[in-house]
Order: sequence, then structure tokens, then C-alpha cells
Amino acid sequence: MSALWNGFTDYLHTFLFGIYPYICAGVFFIGSLIRFDRDQYTWRSGSSQLLRARQFRIGSNLFHLGILFIFFGHLVGLLTPHSVYEHFITVQQKQALAITAGGIAGFFCFIGLTLLLHRRLFDERIRRTSTTIDIVILAMLWVQLCLGLITLPFSIGHRDGGMMLQLSAWAQHIVTFRGGAAEYVRGADWVFQLHMVLGMTLFLLTPFSRLVHIFSAPVWYLGRNWQIVRRRGGATARPGPVAAPQAGPAE
Amino acid sequence: MSHFLDRLTYFKKYAGTFSNGYGEVTTESRAWEDAYRSRWAHDKIVRSTHGANCTGSCSWKIYVKGGIVTWETQQTDYPRTRPGLPNHEPRGCSRGASYSWYLYSANRIKYPMMRKRLVKLWRAAKAQYVDPVAAWKSIQDDPDKRREYQSARGLGGFVRVTWEEAEELVAAANVHTAKQHGPDRIIGFSPIPAMSMVSYAAGSRYLSLIGGVCMSFYDWYCDLPPSSPQTWGEQTDVPESADWYNAGFIMMWGSNVPQTRTPDAHFMAEARYRGTKVVTVTPDYSEASKFADLWLHPKQGTDAALALAMGHVILSEWHAKGRGDYFLDYCRRYSDMPMLVMLTEKDGRLVPDRQLRASDLVGNAGEANNPDWKTIAIDDATGNPYVPTGSIGFRWGEQGKWNLEGRDAKTLEAVTPRLSLQGGQTAAVTFPYFGDGATAFFNPTQLGDTVTHDVPVQWVRLADGSSAKVATVYDLFLANYGVARDGGTNYDAMAPYTPAWAEAVCGVPRQQIVTVAREFADNAEKTKGKSMVILGAALNHWYHSDMNYRGIINLLVMCGCIGQSGGGWAHYVGQEKLRPQSGWIPVAFATDWARPPRQQNSTSFWYAHTDQWRYETVQVKDILSPTAPKQLTGTLIDFNIRAERMGWLPSAPQLARNPLTIAAEAEAAGVPVPQYVAQSLKAGTLEMSCEDPDHPTNWPRNLFVWRSNLLGSSGKGHEYFLKHLLGTQHGVQGKDLGEQGAAKPEEAAWHDEAPKGKLDLLVTLDFRMSTTCMYSDIVLPTATWYEKHDLNTSDMHPFIHPLSAAVDPAWESRTDWAIFRGIAKRFSALCNGHLGKEKDTVLTPLMHDSPAELGQTHHVREWKKGEVEPIPGKTMPAVTVVERDYPNTHARFTSLGPLMDKLGNNGKGMAWKTGHEVEFLRHLNGEVEVPGVEGKLAKMESDIDACETLMHLAPETNGHVAVKAWEALGTFTGRDHTHLALPKEHEAIRFRDVQAQPRKIISSPIWSGLESEEVCYNAGYTNVHELIPWRTLTGRQQLYQDHPWMLAFGEALCLYRPPVDLRATGPMHGVKPNGNKEIALNFITPHQKWGIHSVYTDNLLMLTLSRGGPIVWLSEVDAADAGIEDNDWIEAFNTNGALCARAVVSQRVPKGMVMMYHAQEKIVNVPGSEITHARGGIHNSVTRCTIKPTHMIGGYAQLAYGFNYYGTIGTNRDEFVLVRKMANVEWLDGPRVTPQAADLKAAE
Repeated sequence: MSALWNGFTDYLHTFLFGIYPYICAGVFFIGSLIRFDRDQYTWRSGSSQLLRARQFRIGSNLFHLGILFIFFGHLVGLLTPHSVYEHFITVQQKQALAITAGGIAGFFCFIGLTLLLHRRLFDERIRRTSTTIDIVILAMLWVQLCLGLITLPFSIGHRDGGMMLQLSAWAQHIVTFRGGAAEYVRGADWVFQLHMVLGMTLFLLTPFSRLVHIFSAPVWYLGRNWQIVRRRGGATARPGPVAAPQAGPAE
Repeated sequence: MSHFLDRLTYFKKYAGTFSNGYGEVTTESRAWEDAYRSRWAHDKIVRSTHGANCTGSCSWKIYVKGGIVTWETQQTDYPRTRPGLPNHEPRGCSRGASYSWYLYSANRIKYPMMRKRLVKLWRAAKAQYVDPVAAWKSIQDDPDKRREYQSARGLGGFVRVTWEEAEELVAAANVHTAKQHGPDRIIGFSPIPAMSMVSYAAGSRYLSLIGGVCMSFYDWYCDLPPSSPQTWGEQTDVPESADWYNAGFIMMWGSNVPQTRTPDAHFMAEARYRGTKVVTVTPDYSEASKFADLWLHPKQGTDAALALAMGHVILSEWHAKGRGDYFLDYCRRYSDMPMLVMLTEKDGRLVPDRQLRASDLVGNAGEANNPDWKTIAIDDATGNPYVPTGSIGFRWGEQGKWNLEGRDAKTLEAVTPRLSLQGGQTAAVTFPYFGDGATAFFNPTQLGDTVTHDVPVQWVRLADGSSAKVATVYDLFLANYGVARDGGTNYDAMAPYTPAWAEAVCGVPRQQIVTVAREFADNAEKTKGKSMVILGAALNHWYHSDMNYRGIINLLVMCGCIGQSGGGWAHYVGQEKLRPQSGWIPVAFATDWARPPRQQNSTSFWYAHTDQWRYETVQVKDILSPTAPKQLTGTLIDFNIRAERMGWLPSAPQLARNPLTIAAEAEAAGVPVPQYVAQSLKAGTLEMSCEDPDHPTNWPRNLFVWRSNLLGSSGKGHEYFLKHLLGTQHGVQGKDLGEQGAAKPEEAAWHDEAPKGKLDLLVTLDFRMSTTCMYSDIVLPTATWYEKHDLNTSDMHPFIHPLSAAVDPAWESRTDWAIFRGIAKRFSALCNGHLGKEKDTVLTPLMHDSPAELGQTHHVREWKKGEVEPIPGKTMPAVTVVERDYPNTHARFTSLGPLMDKLGNNGKGMAWKTGHEVEFLRHLNGEVEVPGVEGKLAKMESDIDACETLMHLAPETNGHVAVKAWEALGTFTGRDHTHLALPKEHEAIRFRDVQAQPRKIISSPIWSGLESEEVCYNAGYTNVHELIPWRTLTGRQQLYQDHPWMLAFGEALCLYRPPVDLRATGPMHGVKPNGNKEIALNFITPHQKWGIHSVYTDNLLMLTLSRGGPIVWLSEVDAADAGIEDNDWIEAFNTNGALCARAVVSQRVPKGMVMMYHAQEKIVNVPGSEITHARGGIHNSVTRCTIKPTHMIGGYAQLAYGFNYYGTIGTNRDEFVLVRKMANVEWLDGPRVTPQAADLKAAE
């Protein structure tokens, strides 16, 4: 029985941290691609700002500020190889930085996200116009954030940075398609494991939710020209005469 | 290609710059633009219009895409107007543009629906009885079962049923009702045929074939101004909107043209560019006022005072000074002003009596035919009395002298009548004055109840050898206005009806009155009548609307404006102009199969059968003239009963016995039916239903409502409908006469216990879940205006329009034509064993435009009181036996019956043969055989067949018929009128023609204006220019009303009558307090901006543009007084009921008035009332209709009944309400709480 059970948990661990990441990544990229190509009108953030501004301005800004910092913090923190940063900073220092900066960002993000979740659930107009996936994603983000915050005391518990290195190794093995990635996180605290699984699931659900808007932040708009003329017969030409645009005289 | 791959070229898209680098050229994909191209692409465009009662009749393009109606835009292909006149386009408004929303909205009725409690009872009864008629009988014979579903009306609980089940129940109910109670207990209400005439005809044809009753609407809606038939013998006829452009001076008086005549308002705006002066008269700062050069704002309800004072000025400065040959000549030829009026002594005072007749003079003045109906004037050359041609006596019984050629009937010489007898004797004549009787709110004066003026008189020798003092209408008319004939006019005198007096009553400064009157008349004199008054509902919905209207009509007649292009009386209320009317009547009232149809004036009917008469607060003595004979007593319903018994007004139900049984009784007695009915009535063995409206024998049993929202829009006294007619939850607060211990009616039987739930069955056809649907037992889904073929005309333009099926009726809906055809089929099948060929005894009042209009001369004599013998068609209603072939109802419905061949067709007193047209229709529509009829008949299976039939029979759409009709008129007038139609003789308009483009109709004698390339359509034009008499006593514009009841109520001449006191707020003051202040305000219900009556008020687009629910407008002063702020929830209530709405606090509204745009649906955003504990009501929850005896007069020339032509009107603007801020807004979302329980809770 015990052997069987051990075998099962062993298999589950390998699946969740060795195979599941690729399923999530596959669905995330291919799914997003399909949605972008086939369903342009659904490629949007689905903001409820027009329905009610109350709680939104402060909630949304705090949340986005926090989540962007955390997201890029994870990205840089996990994927930068140890060999690259060890010249500037020790592992212990890096972990302290991660705990402090991530903790502050997490705190702001928590306030923002809680406001948004409360608003989504208890504002009747917004509740009624929400789809199930809108609520599920928001709730998952909130739980994921909480888990992330709960990892802080664990991290403070082992300040040597070993855990962080293990997690980095896992992530780097996954993205570089090296086998045995799951072994790096065997024995990690349950809270880390749960945080990871939930995080991957968020990637899995992205193509089916409003999260796709993360691909399309219209930052380019800040630098756009006064007037843009799209040339007839552009990249995908429509039938019909192709006229060269009347370009202005070169200065 | 892939959007993603396109994005990969992100950094390659740059292709250069232009405009100094401000612009940039890129090679990005433009495929996304196709989304917009396909958004506006469509498969087809179909022409249709909107059958809302707005008079718009606009041509619209309906866009269809993938079998779905997607949107609509305005058509711009009207035939263009002649040079010098702006074109009609663009026509249409925001409301019409939002119509397509309805087709696929949640509010669309998709399936036949039935009240669940009724379904259960019906299915149980059907399980017990094989025969559906027996099954229905078993439910009706059990009072508990009846109450069970009646008491649930309006409280939800609909379930979906099949068409078969719905049709079977309706047909079974109709068969049972006809057999048990009589077919005249089956009632149908549908308004304004002009907006979709075949859909109207569907129901009315079915009802007329089975002997059911079609209800009037124009009078009930209070859109009929009785002053029009009183003056002209004409329902209403008005200029087309293009003729506004020809006017030199326009007054918009109580008509909000840009808001309620949106598609036509441009002609008014364009006229201003031509230099036309525009003056608006409206108490609030309405949308029309911004177009005005001058805005006059009299206190609401006092318009007659303003009109009289303007008349005072014009008469003083023109007529009394002999200035203005045009005016004097016009009055002589075209008005009754030169006719003589007898003056009689009453209580020591000389008062004007009736007009002198040929029969009063020696030897009937040489007139053997109808001497009672020929009036007398004085020959200006000789000073002798003579009989001028043209009076109504010449219309019937002889030929060729009914015209306005101005001849002496005996010598046929042209004679100039004498307008004024000035220069000889004068006498002091007394006129009634009502201004002192106003309530405090309406500025009462203290001038006494009569005024006396010196009037020039003359003596005339009568047939009995005596002499009578007579005066001309003209002299009496001037005296009544208080005009000094010696030039000593004093506008500042405080006497009726000077400008100073008017200023005190209506609040308009005297200087403005004088200026406007002068400019109005000056323009009319210089342009020969091109001064126009556009007037509307704001004036017409008052109890004494006649006075507002006659005051204005007088202005127009004294200035020679009526019948002149660019001038005249432009009353636009209700889309009444059913242009192909005489072709439509055979289809609509089945006069191709049986004549006459049963028609009823609705106001009197609802007043009686919703028991509003039991709560009457206006007493006859309140409105009687101080100069009246004393014997007129009783309550208002008593006067209506007398009118019905004397054949003045119609009755429904008619007799207190099933009319299918009477012929057999008469046969058994060996007496002809009419004689039998007369004898039985006299003996008292038979009674008329009107005498006991609350007895179950006389209840209306089945009611069809289609094309109408009776309970959500027009039902004045809404809560009384709910309480007594439907028998369900209601909000009536007042006590009836019995509970008050007040005087009971003299003629109407009184039951201490008032009936609750008279109706067995209420069936409504609609495309949307209206308030009426919510109260119905069965709701049938009908096609929308984009899903059926039909026709539509208006008085605003001369074109005939189609409604077209852009798509088939969605879900299980069907066209009205198909629905009634289906019911007729089921009815025919269920007749087996119950109804076969039956003889139906039909009563008809003394009809206008028939010889019966000469029924009763200047005495009112009642057979009931033994004053005269009951003679059918003379002193009582006409009695006709009509044969019904019940099992062949469907076969008759779908074919054009043989009477068109046999008897021909007729309209407004003229008759012509229709053989050729019927023959043609047999070829066009195809032929069909009907059992019991020899030969083949033209088919009328589809709605298009019906369209073709009515258009081919009507003179307006078939030139051959037009020529025949003008010929028929020529036999009366002795003049040749055919030149008006001969150029278009071979023109015949068909349905596909009007689908291609709206077509201008052909001039016909049914109407008093012309459609030509020279003039715009204008009312009275052919009277003035073709010398065709008006259909009045004198044949001229009748400014003097000499019927005994008119004299009794003081309305022989126009005078000022203040609004009546309906006493509806007093008993409610402080009775159900909620802690907030209650203030009493006059309740005004204008037409709205965000809907056409109730249509569009539940439309999301229009709700979004307005405030999204019911609103009431308040003045800033009153709002501050009652502590109300803008957008607060308020309640308005009185003894009639209560309504809830949000407050709009606006400077637009004057103090003392509250305005609620009428017919805002009860189904959208209406909370529960703190007064009634029911859902907050509609505007009619606080109204109750009150009828006026002068509107009941009949058998007297122009004062004779015609369907929608004459009769009592549903006024509602004299009403006051208490307004207060709501303390609790309760949405009644929980289980129902009975009012008693709620009151108990409130008490705790």
C-alpha cells in the first residue's frame, strides 16, 4: 500500500513539475495564438471601468503596479543563471532583496486585488455582467498572491538561499528543455509546490480568459505619429488597385 | 492570412512619412476594415413604415441581412413637390429609427400565451365535455371558476399554448356568447385604421360578420374635437403639412409641432425663412416655443379667454368699423352669420333661441320639402326674408339646390344676404356668462352669471299669424363678444370678452393680445385668408374643449381663412385621415355581406361599463346655463341613456335580450320586427341595455383588443377598468354615489353591489408585452410593422404608403389578418349545433350623412316619457334585421360579398355603382365560390388581396371611382365637379405601386381638399372654391348652435367656460400620510418626446435617451414647496388611484401644473404605490372620464351620430392630483401583499 502510494506521489510529482509545465506552456502559446488569429474581437481586457469607477481606480492601479513588479521579479529572479549575478550579489543578498521588494509589491498588489475582487463579487452590476471565467481568474490570482505571501515566512526560515536556487534551477531546466527538472523541487515546502502548480494553471487558463490582454499593452501608442496612413494592399492585400501613398516631400 | 504573422512584420511596416514628418505611411494589413464593411452590408431593402398613431406615415428603408431585420433608415424618394415648395424629405424621427429593436427584443411576444389558471380550467372542462362550446359554458356558469382567473388578471402567470388551443378557446367563447347573451356582447377595440388599415379591418370584418361591436377611438382618445362636426358637419379635415409653408402667419396653439409632428416640422421652420411670423400659445416653455417669434403663455385651460379677446379686437377693429370687404364677403357667403335667429322671452329676459326656418313662415316660405330644415336670411336689396339654397333641407328629398351659389331657392336669382340689421330697432339680449364659476385656481371673476347687450333686431311675421323678434347670427355674435357697435370700444374695460378681462383670466398681457390679434387679421386681410392656427391636444383634452376650439374657429371664420390655401384650422391629433375610406369600409365592416354593422361610441360605453358613472362628481347643475329651461335634471349618465333611447347615440349591448331571439318573437306575434321592438319598448316588456349597465344581462362579455394598448395608454379611469370591467387588483380610492349617500341617477338602475369582473374573456393581439397584454386572458403574437403587408395614410401628407413584410413573422407570430381569419375558421367549425343562419336584430342611431340626420327637429321629445310615439329611425334607433350565416363566417371573411354588385358603394351620403370594380377584382385576386351565393366572388384570402380590394374600390386610389363619386355629388349640388378627377380617371394605384414609391392620392368628394399640382391639400377648400355646402344645418360654417340642449348648456355661441371641478383631491388630503407634504396640482398629460403614446416607452434605445422610466415634470416653485428635488421618487394620487414616478424639476413648467407625458408603460421601472400598495399605476390611474351632454345630441343635421364623428369624448385635463415625495420605494419583488394586510402593517 505504502509502496503504491509512494509510487503514485512520485509519479504525481514528476507529472506536475516535469510534464505539466510543458502542457501549460503549450496551451498558453498555441492557445493564445489561435485566439489571436481566430477571435480578434475577444482579444481585450474586458474592463468593467465603465460600469462603475468606484474602487476601480485605486484597486486597478495598485494591482497592476504590484503584479507587474512581481511578474518581472519572478521572471528575472528565476531565469537569470546564478553564474550571471554571482559577480554582483550573493545568493543571500538576492533572496533578501526578493523578500523585501517582492513583499512590498505583494502587499500593494494584495490591497488592489482584494478591492477588485470585492468589487467584482459584491457590486451587483459588475457581478451580473461577469462571466464565470472572469471571477475564477480573479479568485485564482488572489489565492496565488496569498500563497506567494505565505511563502515569505518560509523563505525567511531558510535564509541560505538554497531553496531559491533549487527553484531557479527547476525553472531554468524547464525553459531549456533539460530533463529531470522535477527533481530540483522534490521536497520543497508544500506552499511552494502549491504556488507553482497554481501559477502554471494560470498560464494554462490564459488563452481562455481576459488575461490575454497582457500580450497587447498599447505602449506604442505613446510614440505614434500624428497621422497614420495604412497603405492600400498592405501585408494582406485586398483585391483592387494598389496605389502608392502620396508621400510628402522629403525634408 | 494570420493576424499573428502580420504582427511579425511590426518593424517592417514603416513606409515613409509625409507632411513634414507629422504623418506616417505604413503597410499594415487593412483586413480589419472588412468588419465594418460587413457590418453595414445587407441582403435587401424593403419599404415599410410604422403603424404608430403619430400621423407621421413616414417611408422607411428596412434592411434585411441573413433573414434578420438589422436596422432602418429614412427613405428619400417621395415624389417631389411643385416649384416654389420645399420637398417632403427627410421624414422620420428617432422613435421610428429605433423600431427594429422590438423585433428580436425580450419584450417581443413569440408564442400564443394564456393565463395559467384559465388553461387549467379549460383543459379540465375539455376533458369533461367533447364540445368546446359546452366546455366554455361550464366555466362561465360557475362563478367561482370565473372569479378564479379574473382575479389573477394583471398579476402574471402566462403559459405558452398552441395556436390551435388558443383559437379554439376564443371561438368557443364567441359562439357561446352569441348564443347565450347575443353577438352584441362581443366587443372589439382597435384604433386609427389609417395606421394599418388591413390589420384593423381583419378584426372588424370578423366582428361585423358575426354581429359583434366595433368600438370608436377618436372620440375616446379625446382627439375628436366635437367643435369640428358642430361647425362643419365634418369629423375633422385639416391642411397637409406642406401647406404651412404657404401661410403668412402661423399660430401654434397647444400643439408641440417639433416634438409631436417631427417629420413635418421642417415645413414650419422653412416657412419662417419665407418671412412667416410664428406665435406659439402654450403654458409651458415647450419645444415649439423656441421656434416662435412670440411665446404667449396663458394659464392652462383658459385658452378660450385668449381666443375670445383676440376675436373682440378683430371684430372691433374690422367688422364693427365695416373695414375689410374680404372678411365681410366671406362671412356672408360661407358662414351662417346672415341667418336669422328667433329671440324669445325667458324669465323676463330676451334670449336667443333657435334659427328661423321656412316652416315658421307663411306657407312654409314656398318650400314643400323639409321646410323644418331650411334656414332664413334677409335679402339685402329688398329687406325681405328669403330661403337661401344650400341648407340641409335641400340635401335630402330634392336635387340640385344643395350648393353655396347664394341663390334664393324660389327664384334661383343670386341674392346678397344682409349680415347685420343695424340701423333699425335694437333690443337688450341676455347671454350666459360662466367666468364667475371657476375654482379659485382658475381666476374666477365677479361679473354676474349673465351679460346683456343691445342687438339690432327686426320683426318677422310667422305662419301662425304672430310676429317674432329676430336678429342675425352676425349681430348676436358681435354682441356676445362684447363688441361696441358705435365704435366706443374700451379694451381696458373689465367685461367679457375684452383684452383686459382676458388678461385677468388667462394671464396674457392685454397689449400682447391686441398686437397678435391685429397682426393675425391684418395678414389675413392682405393675403385673403393665409393666417393659420395649428392646434392640438393641449386644448382639446379639456371638458369644455369645444369652447377653446370654437374660439379659434371663430377667429379663422371672421378673417376668411377656412378653405384658403395657407390658412385655416390645422388640428392634428390622431392619425385620422384614412384616405381610401370608402373603399375600406366594405372590407372593414363587411358591408359587402350585411348592412348595417354594429358600431359604438367608446366613451359612453366605457363610462357605463367600467362603472365610472357610479363615482360621478360633476353635476348637471354645475354646467347648465343660467338661461336654460329648468326641466333638465338627472346625472350625466341619464343624459346618455336618453340620447341612446332617442336614437342619438348608439348602444352596446343594445337590448336587454339576445338580439338573435327577437325576430322569432316578432314573427310569433305577427308583427314586423321594427314595429315589434317599438311596441315592446313602449310597453316596457323590452328594455334597452343602457338603462341597466350593471345587470349581468347587459354586460359586455368578450373583448378583443388589437393594435391598441387600451389599458396602458388610452383607458381613462384605468383603475375603474381594473375594478369593475376586469375584476382584479385595483387602486380606486373613492366612494361611489351609493356609499356617499349622494343623489342616484334617474334613468340608470342602481345596484348597491357594483359588479366586479364583467368580462368573461379579454383577448389581446400585440407584438410586445404591453400593459394591456399583462391584463389579458389570452395574448396572441402578431406580426410587427416589418413583417406584414398593409397600407398607411396620414393627414400630414397626400401619399399612400405600404407596410411590407421585410421578413416573415418571427417565431410563431402571425399577421392580424391571418389571426382573425384563423379565428373565423375555428368559429365557423364550432357553430355546428349552436348557431346556423340566424336573424339578428340590429339597432342603429340616426346617422349623419343620411336622411335620418333630419330625424328630430327643434324639440326634444322622449317616447319613454310618452311625449312622442316610438318610431324606429325617427324618434328612436332604426331597427334592421340582418341575416347572419354563422357556419359560413370564414367563407364570407375571405371573399368580397355580393352586396357590392347589388347595392354599390357609398360614402358621406353619396352612392355609386361598383360593378366594374368588382368584376376587375375577380380577375385580379382570383375567384371563389361561397355556399348559398350564386356565381363566383372575388377572393380576399391574403392581406395583399385585401389591400387591392380596398384600393380598387376607393375613389382616392381609383380614378374611375373618383369620377363616379364626383358625379354622385353633382346630383346633390347641381354642379359639375368631375373636372377635379377627370385628368386622373384612368389611374388606379395597386399595392406593388406603393411599394415602389409612395403615391399621391386622387381628389375625391369624400374629403374637402384637393390633391393637385396647383394647391396643397387644405380643409374646406372645395366648399369655398367648388361651392359645396358644409354638411350642417345651414350648409354653411355653423357658428350658432341652436339645438335645445346647446341652448340649455349655454353653448349656442362660443363663450368662456372655465375647467370643471372634479373634486378628486379633497377627500384624499392627509388620509394616508407618509410624513411628506402633499400639494394639489393640475394634472396635464401631453404627448411625449421619447415615444408615440405607449409605443417605444419600453424600447431600450428610447429609455436610454430619456430617464429610463416614468417621469413627472414639476415647476421649481412647487417642487420647493413640497420639498421635492430633481429625480426624487414622487407619488401623484387622488380618489381615482395613484401613480409613482421620478420628478423632473424644470423651469419649463409653470407653477400649479404637473406634467406627465402620457402612456409611459407600467411594465418598466414602476415601483409600488404607498397609497394603493399595488404597482404604481399609469397616468390614467388618476383620471376618470366625465361626459358632456352636448356631445350626445343626435338626429339634428350636423349634430348626428357618425362612427368616430360625433359623440362623447374622454377628457382628462381638468383633473387635479396630490403630489408628494415618496418615503419608501418598494419594488414589490416579493410575494404579493394584499392592500388590507399592507394597511395593517402600516398602521402598526
